[in-house]
Amino acid sequence: MDNLIMATPEQRVTERVEGAAQPPANSEPAPKLTFEAKNVSIWYGQKRAIEDISLNIISKAVTAIIGPSGCGKSTFLRALNRMHELTPKTRMEGTVLLHGEDLYSKTVDPAIVRRRVGMVFQKSNPFPTMTIGENVICGLRLNGVRNQKFLNERLEKSLRMAALWDEVKDDLHKPGTSLSGGQQQRLCIARALAVEPEVILMDEPCSALDPIATAKIEELIYELKAQYTIVTVTHNMQQAGRISDYTAFFYLGRLIEFGATTAIFTNPSERQTEDYITGRFG
Amino acid sequence: MHSKRADKHTWRKIKSAVASTTAFVSAILVILPLGLVFFHLLINGISSVNWDFFTKLPAPVGEVGGGMANAIVGTLELLALAGAIGIPIGVLGGVYLAEYGSARINSVLRFLADVLNGIPSITWGVVVYGLVVLRFKSFSVLAGGLALGLIMIPLIVRTTEEVVLLVPHGYREAALALGVSRWQTIVHIVMKTASKGIITGILLALARIGGETAPLLFTAFGNRFWNHSLTQPIAALPLQIFTYAISPYDDWHRQAWAGALVLVTGIFFVNITVRILTRDRGASVA
Repeated sequence: MDNLIMATPEQRVTERVEGAAQPPANSEPAPKLTFEAKNVSIWYGQKRAIEDISLNIISKAVTAIIGPSGCGKSTFLRALNRMHELTPKTRMEGTVLLHGEDLYSKTVDPAIVRRRVGMVFQKSNPFPTMTIGENVICGLRLNGVRNQKFLNERLEKSLRMAALWDEVKDDLHKPGTSLSGGQQQRLCIARALAVEPEVILMDEPCSALDPIATAKIEELIYELKAQYTIVTVTHNMQQAGRISDYTAFFYLGRLIEFGATTAIFTNPSERQTEDYITGRFG
Repeated sequence: MHSKRADKHTWRKIKSAVASTTAFVSAILVILPLGLVFFHLLINGISSVNWDFFTKLPAPVGEVGGGMANAIVGTLELLALAGAIGIPIGVLGGVYLAEYGSARINSVLRFLADVLNGIPSITWGVVVYGLVVLRFKSFSVLAGGLALGLIMIPLIVRTTEEVVLLVPHGYREAALALGVSRWQTIVHIVMKTASKGIITGILLALARIGGETAPLLFTAFGNRFWNHSLTQPIAALPLQIFTYAISPYDDWHRQAWAGALVLVTGIFFVNITVRILTRDRGASVA
């Protein structure tokens, strides 16, 4: 494990060549890692979506994945909780470790992986047949939790964490779809939090929201990182700058550059990163 | 120059008027038969639809009066039995087509279901006659219910598949991302979201088989008395209408009209229920 965490993002390591940049650890304590992805490639049919990506995700921090459309950032995100397997004819190579455990080992049930690694989607998707309250606890219910007291406690806790409790506490019996777009997205975050995952993946969580709702979600992400590891995909460069501690830049299915967000945005070491961030392409 | 353009304009207006009138007349022609049938049934049948009709057994030949109580109950019994066979198989089959299976196998299954939907209903009667009636040497409720149930299966398979496919993919992903198993996701999220559509398909299938006569001719066979056993022949409204309509007695003719009126009204109400159910379906799916 120790030799894997030497390439800390603070040192702005470009991981373009696998294993090439592994300077010796300095005096700072090495951050804990949640995910270690090694040489991950994914194909959809004949088409290769991502190619040989090695990337470590640091615990209790926000990592943003940026890059132009079709660069494979969503595919990589979905590989972290095996959601990409839902697409037919997918093939994967490489390994992804979650706290040192191989997510793709034959004995691992994808459902268990997804319970540990929650996900929030681009389009808010509260279940239309359920009330606000039912939406939040449905992950627990469908996994067999019956204790009503426990469910009620978790319901309130999750909604509070998603900063939605005060807005909906009197309307828990109303349909989840009766909420506004931004509230629906926070409801989806509460629903993901209710199963107590270790990580939350967010696939462009604000791209369908107005600026005020976006600001709320960003604030929420900032608060959640005290307890959760968060990986988010975003198209919005300013957003990546505002919310993330680390940034990975993907281009054409490859990881071009990975490092602390401040470093990537102020002093990128790769020409392509600089071009993208300054808006010259993408 | 100017007048030429005006001519063109007039000509275009005429064409438009002719086209919309033709479409309107065609639309009327589509509805007309339904109106005529219902009007005719009402005129001829309403006088015989009375308390006796719903509560009494058919009267013996030569005696005026009597009713179709046994046929009404028989039709309900046959529908229940057909539903018990056709609904679970049809719904599960439709869910399989929408959620599981490979594209190639599914296109074959879908094609076969469409072929089954096109098979004349009397064929089902003959098949069940050979499989059940001959083997057990008796016409029976079971044989009639089976014949109707077999007709239901492909109908429900196709409607269920269609409405399950309408459920946005995002809901499946949301549930799976919570660590919910595939099957739980399908039952509690997908099928629940599509439930109104699935029920609509079931009701339409029931309405369709409720009026079937041919498959019952040599399976349920008909009965002038109460049926007391699943292995005995049973009366059904369409069969009773058929028997009475081809009889030489005026009183039976009137009863046949009444039976047809009751049957059509029943199916009409099922369709109204479907309309009510589907009216706000968009709200739950979209």
